[in-house]
Amino acid sequence: MRREDIVAAVAGVLFGLGLSIAQMTDPNKVLNFLDLAGQWDPSLILVMGAALLVVMPAYRLLQRQGRSLLGGPLHFPTRTDLDARLIAGAAMFGIGWGLSGYCPGPALTSLATLSLSSLAIVAAMIAGMWLHDLSLGRRAG
Amino acid sequence: MTATPFTPGAAILGGLLIGLAVVVLAAGTGRVAGISGIAAGALGPKPAEGGHWRWAFLIGLVVGGLVYAAFVGPVRPPSGAADAWLPVLIGAGLVGFGTRMGSGCTSGHGICGLSRGSMRSLVATAVFMSTGIATVFVARHLL
Repeated sequence: MRREDIVAAVAGVLFGLGLSIAQMTDPNKVLNFLDLAGQWDPSLILVMGAALLVVMPAYRLLQRQGRSLLGGPLHFPTRTDLDARLIAGAAMFGIGWGLSGYCPGPALTSLATLSLSSLAIVAAMIAGMWLHDLSLGRRAG
Repeated sequence: MTATPFTPGAAILGGLLIGLAVVVLAAGTGRVAGISGIAAGALGPKPAEGGHWRWAFLIGLVVGGLVYAAFVGPVRPPSGAADAWLPVLIGAGLVGFGTRMGSGCTSGHGICGLSRGSMRSLVATAVFMSTGIATVFVARHLL
């Protein structure tokens, strides 16, 4: 195992813990955030806001430095164009998010319930990814 | 539908940990923590080059959930079990397809992209929030 892999594992654990503590693994919590006309639960916006507060300054420092702390290159996205695929893809994702209450992080973290339902949800999500990448996909990662 | 209370403390604490995770990944590997991209790079039909860090991160996500379940409580409360399976599975499929087509999800666009000041991510986040809100409105209040 390389050092990068160990760091990635630590980051994954922290991410999964954070999602669980924030209860973003509860689809009702996510759906109630999206339900402005119902019993609105604004928790999700605080989760994003708190994360942004931490990440913004750290990304700025890293970008100024131009390399990771382990000396490797930064693989940050570089595209700036607004294309139809971005908009259409985000729109589809939002519809799926509103139907299921799951985005990819919470879906994967929910595998910790060791339940058939979580496995089915992740399998459906991965199937959607395959369908896209085999039909329209040009780029991976 | 099940009402959930506003939980600002847990939301902020969890959000800070998620932010820390994103920073750790970027500082250590130079990568953005876009989970749909990481998942597709590991589990998709065209696995990405560049080692095992994606698998390490994804396994870590589940381990994070297991640690929470072991020491705090259930990762998904019983009320979180969906009662209508077809829309949930169709929705999850759309999440997979859409995040690939739109190059990101809540983490990649909503946290990493917005932190970089990316216009693409700002637009994507506005779009998926809007269609998510519209979908829930139709499903809960019109149908």
